[in-house]
Amino acid sequence: MKKVEAIIREEKLEAVKKSLEDIGYMGITVTEVSGRGHQKGLVLQWRAGEYRVDLLPKLKIEVVVVDEDAKKVTASIMTAARTGEMGDGKIFISPVENVIRIRTGEEGIDAV
Amino acid sequence: MPINSGDTAWLLVSAAMVLFMTPGLAFFYGGMARRKNLLSTLMMSFVMIGIVGIIWVLYGYSLGFGPDLGGFVGNLGFLGMKGVGPLPSAVYATTVPQSAFAMYQGMFAIITVALITGSVVERIKFSSLIVFAVAWMTLIYTPVAHWVWGGGWLAKLGALDFAGGTVVHINAGVSALALAMLLGKRKGFPHEPMEPNNIPLVVLGAGILWFGWFGFNAGSALAANGLASSAFLNTNTAAAAASLTWMFLSWRQRKPAVLGAVTGAVAGLVAITPAAGYVTPMAAIAIGIVVSFISFYSLILIKSKIKFDDALDVFACHGMGGIWGAIATGIFATTAINSAGSGAVDGNWIQILKQLAAVAAVAGFAFIGTLVIGKIIDKTLGLRVKPVDEIVGLDISQHGERAYGGLMR
Repeated sequence: MKKVEAIIREEKLEAVKKSLEDIGYMGITVTEVSGRGHQKGLVLQWRAGEYRVDLLPKLKIEVVVVDEDAKKVTASIMTAARTGEMGDGKIFISPVENVIRIRTGEEGIDAV
Repeated sequence: MPINSGDTAWLLVSAAMVLFMTPGLAFFYGGMARRKNLLSTLMMSFVMIGIVGIIWVLYGYSLGFGPDLGGFVGNLGFLGMKGVGPLPSAVYATTVPQSAFAMYQGMFAIITVALITGSVVERIKFSSLIVFAVAWMTLIYTPVAHWVWGGGWLAKLGALDFAGGTVVHINAGVSALALAMLLGKRKGFPHEPMEPNNIPLVVLGAGILWFGWFGFNAGSALAANGLASSAFLNTNTAAAAASLTWMFLSWRQRKPAVLGAVTGAVAGLVAITPAAGYVTPMAAIAIGIVVSFISFYSLILIKSKIKFDDALDVFACHGMGGIWGAIATGIFATTAINSAGSGAVDGNWIQILKQLAAVAAVAGFAFIGTLVIGKIIDKTLGLRVKPVDEIVGLDISQHGERAYGGLMR
């Protein structure tokens, strides 16, 4: 099993959710995060003058998938979350040792 | 004179409106602080209602408005509100019970000390702030109130101050500057962004201030009459003009900032305060437009150029705004509005000099007095919190609370 973590633009959440749903992944976890990459920060205004905030708000989506689905899931997130501008985010993929469903105690692939 | 029920009703309502300005100010300031200092910023204003509310009835009203001692301060004739009751005073607000007048004045005293706190938020030690408030109220506020309103020397000189431009705004603005000088800048200023935690709170606070200011200015007629209505009209007009002006200034720089529009409104209210009962509505528009230019560029000069950390810009808004208001009163006061005051527009140019004398006297006294009081507190109790307490935030380090709860909703 793999964990796919995608940092995406806030406005792409609905599209990414839909694309994952279409390939059978309903269960996701979404977190509000802040971060920076190549995209420059935001310029905000004080009463007079301005200041720069270099951490931008993003969303992190986590979904655990069976190994053979990892490519498909990644491709689906990429298609849904991409604009082509800087700031589209990144996807991280890492191995998952086990998954346990709290309600039933099922483990491994059955619990994904 | 017999008690006039209309005047009394209006003054009591005005007093309540001026009280309401202090929690309004707490929101106005609190929203601009960082999240970790939201509660402490609110508390710095709110606690003044308690502190000054007690000082005022013990001896504050007496020092400010008691029988004159050499034009400098009142005597202790009204100690503990002795003799201040249902009968009107022979000198002040002669158609309302003196207890109503005394309470009305007390509300001004409360908000004046609260105003100072804007420059020192996010780093002053709460216990030291309490000591400062008691000393400042006793040694700075009550004499200045006496000079201007209690029959003291500035009143005799003929300086015009309808609702407290010198006593409240210049006094607080200059004192805020002095106290921030002693305290030093916030950790991280100016290279780290100091982001307001909640601009909606600032808008709410500005709205409450604007509402309460009608009690502050129109109430200062001390009667429910034409003069009160004139002050009301000018108050709204100046605030509207200043708010739009500030919005356009920020727009010209970048975008029409919400924080700019509400700050402009408050600056306009500050500037019209001394002039409210003396000038025409057209003059109020001019006063409002000019104050936003003055405060906007003062703020840039202080914060961005000199890099002086008056955290919530009390000097730029209340100090500079108050000074402009005092001068503007000398320019625009006209007997067509109020027989008690004429300025340059009536050919009475000397009034501007009288206004400048009042500004210099109050600003000088407030600045030096605050430096002395602040320095003594700094040497004995310490004005500033420990570095670690500042990093954690004053909400937790000073009050053991936080503004927003944890993960459980």
